[in-house]
Amino acid sequence: MKVGIIGAGVVGTLIARELTRYEDVEVEIFEKLPDVGWGVTKANSGVIHAGYDDEPESVRARYCVHGNEMYTSLSQELGFQFKRVGSLVVAFQQEDLHVLESLLESGIKNGVKGLKILSKYDSLQLEPNLSKEVLSSLWAPTAGIVGPWEVAQAASENAVKNGAKLHLSTKVNSIKKDSTIKLETDKGTFELDFVINASGLWADEIAQSAGVKVTPLHPRRGEYILLDQPNVVKTVVFPVPSKGGKGILVLPTIHDTILLGPTSEDLPPSYKERTETTQEGLSRIIDNAKKLVPAINLSKSIRTFAGLRPENEIKDFVIIKSDEMVNIVATRSPGLTSAPAIAEDVVSWISSKKSLKQRKTFDPHRKPIPRPYEMNDDEREALIRSNPSFGRVICRCNKVTEGEVLEAIRRGAKTLDGVKLRTTAMFGRCQGSFCTVNIMKIMKKELGEEFSEIEKNLPASKIVDGVAR
Amino acid sequence: MKMKYDVVVLGGGAAGMGAAYGAKENGASVLLIERESSTGGVLNQCIHTGFGLQVFKMELSGPEYHEMYSDKMGKVDALYETMVLYIDFKMNKMKAMSTTGMHEIEYGALILATGARERPFEALRIQGTRPAGIFTAGLAQKFVNLENHLPGHKAVIVGSGDIGMIMARRLTLEGVTVEGVYEIMPYPGGLTRNIAQCLIDFNIPLHLSTSVIKVHGKSRLEGVTVTQFENGIPLREKERFIECDTLVASVGLIPENDLVKGKIEMGSDEGIIVDDLMRTNYENVFACGNNVCIHDLVDFATVEGEKAGKNAAIVSKGKELPERAGMITVKEGIRVVSAKYMTATEPFKLYIRVDKPMEIATININGKAIKAVVNARPSEMIEINMDPNKYDLKGKIELSAKGVKR
Repeated sequence: MKVGIIGAGVVGTLIARELTRYEDVEVEIFEKLPDVGWGVTKANSGVIHAGYDDEPESVRARYCVHGNEMYTSLSQELGFQFKRVGSLVVAFQQEDLHVLESLLESGIKNGVKGLKILSKYDSLQLEPNLSKEVLSSLWAPTAGIVGPWEVAQAASENAVKNGAKLHLSTKVNSIKKDSTIKLETDKGTFELDFVINASGLWADEIAQSAGVKVTPLHPRRGEYILLDQPNVVKTVVFPVPSKGGKGILVLPTIHDTILLGPTSEDLPPSYKERTETTQEGLSRIIDNAKKLVPAINLSKSIRTFAGLRPENEIKDFVIIKSDEMVNIVATRSPGLTSAPAIAEDVVSWISSKKSLKQRKTFDPHRKPIPRPYEMNDDEREALIRSNPSFGRVICRCNKVTEGEVLEAIRRGAKTLDGVKLRTTAMFGRCQGSFCTVNIMKIMKKELGEEFSEIEKNLPASKIVDGVAR
Repeated sequence: MKMKYDVVVLGGGAAGMGAAYGAKENGASVLLIERESSTGGVLNQCIHTGFGLQVFKMELSGPEYHEMYSDKMGKVDALYETMVLYIDFKMNKMKAMSTTGMHEIEYGALILATGARERPFEALRIQGTRPAGIFTAGLAQKFVNLENHLPGHKAVIVGSGDIGMIMARRLTLEGVTVEGVYEIMPYPGGLTRNIAQCLIDFNIPLHLSTSVIKVHGKSRLEGVTVTQFENGIPLREKERFIECDTLVASVGLIPENDLVKGKIEMGSDEGIIVDDLMRTNYENVFACGNNVCIHDLVDFATVEGEKAGKNAAIVSKGKELPERAGMITVKEGIRVVSAKYMTATEPFKLYIRVDKPMEIATININGKAIKAVVNARPSEMIEINMDPNKYDLKGKIELSAKGVKR
């Protein structure tokens, strides 16, 4: 059976990996961007939510709590960083206290473990930089953080290792059905037996082109500010949720920076690429984040960005299964958390429907790119002895070595952002002003490209243009 | 590998080379540790002139200054492409990593000369998109001067720091159209000589109280919106779109002290706090150059380095240096001082920056005017001779600058 997956985000790549567990399944992944995990996956807070704020009967409640649990073994098998740092929902007003109580109640209904309402004193013990105005908070020890694109990278590498084919920069234009399904792409037509639509913001349009009716999507923009102020918080700090969603958070990233955001701005359906930041959005982040954690220091800002997440009117995931297609639509928050559970569920449904058999040769493991900075001296010494390029630091802010950059390129990085999102080089406080040239030199040597051909991310995003005279 | 030296210098730029020379001249065994494959630091890419007037009494380019100072320094043991990962200040040891593995290096005295990094454009929190074509001035300089590549064809410079103005001239000479230099403050961020030599001589407009407020373009930069600012507030009615494919940011340097953060006394500007011997809060740890404070001239960093090197050599031999006797408190009108503590044993050249332009500034020690400076600007360091024979530099030393109208 030939299965095509549209979209190489967390959902698509995890489904691809799940499918490669089975015999006689050929998996082909189609991604219109030049790398995996660059769509909705790249543009969220990187939080693995505990699952207390999803309405107990919703589809997302079911997937979120289970998905959260799965991250422990998934991160070990796939070798991506995952830390259960826990989360706090912080109440400042008397009337917020009942919100904490109702979150606790739905959390218990959803099966979230370890939830606890903390006093002012205990909240401040746990997170000393919280505003002293805190009255009480809801502690969720199972919440965690990941680098979301790293999940997609790891899953796609593992899927490819197990036989999947990854077609990058390949845009699906339409889907035609007769005896087989024909995916018409800008790189030719592919004949398939089964299609999985995991195309994020475009999932409604892809579904419609295959004749499946779904609630239309619109993008919800979330802007963020990244700070180089490690440890100002150690857990994911939420305000009490409002109609607009989970609110503006203050949280540590898996790479030891601090993230403030997101805003939550509903945009018209045609704005699916409008990832620019706005003055209003950035100001709102600052106002709200400072209320939660007054100690945040904006002079430590290193970057702002915005992402778009798919939203629909019913504010819930829509998963439509048929004989030849599964459409996964509106993977809004908590889509990242739910992704492993969605993948498991969708693939187990397909396997029973098509009577698939598990393959003995499936290898669930993927090794991460070695990271000398995180090792002890003996491990470093051994690694450098076996490959000296792991001793040459290229990115001084995040201590990324030449060996890591080379490994990232060998694992599929073709652009500067591809290297950045695999190694964290250029991700630190200097934003690449020291290391960009050295990374381009490595890319030139390894990929055989001239400086003038190397791109930042999207087509036509050249770094340099022309030669000095 | 295990090593032991009297003096270990971290960083091989202008300050670090000065420190290595100073230590060597005073009889210490010296090890220089540098992250790049050679000494010189940013001098290597600064092919313009203006270096060396203090140290060599002649005007040199960056590479020339580097070469002349290398000759002066002579042979020094060095580890290149080596990154220090951890320093144990109690045991006087550090761990470093290179392509030959891990190194444990013991020191009698340590000199931190790790320089500065550029504040990236992304740190300014300016709205809009995040396309290719945005560079710090230093990165653009590296592409043009070392790699022979142009960043683009039509450039806007944001911030009027020295490297930004130098790059405005450099890009113009290479055939790039430089639309203008935009400075959010009502006064320039760099030296007067660079405004004359880099902008006025090349007809490049400098727009004060004006800055970039929005970035446009999806893949590659397509343009920026600029506007005037009044009391720090952008004026909607003055907004203007400029088509350009290159944005070069020269919006400040930050002392680079990531390695010692939380272990060495540092100021709010992230610079290491030293005394007039260039000594930190550890008896045998010294700092010099741009990781102490951002200097106007490379020469100043070298001179500081030589002083740090000399004192480090003395300490490494087990001799004692004088104790701190006075502490500077910064009062009104001053933004930066190059040293905070005084041993008050010999005259010391202190560098300060005023916090705003003043037609005439009087510099005061404990309320008493000691110097008048005409046309004082934050971008130009003021040198003060802290002479213990002239002023009481023991105990509390209050330093202030007051503007006087002509």
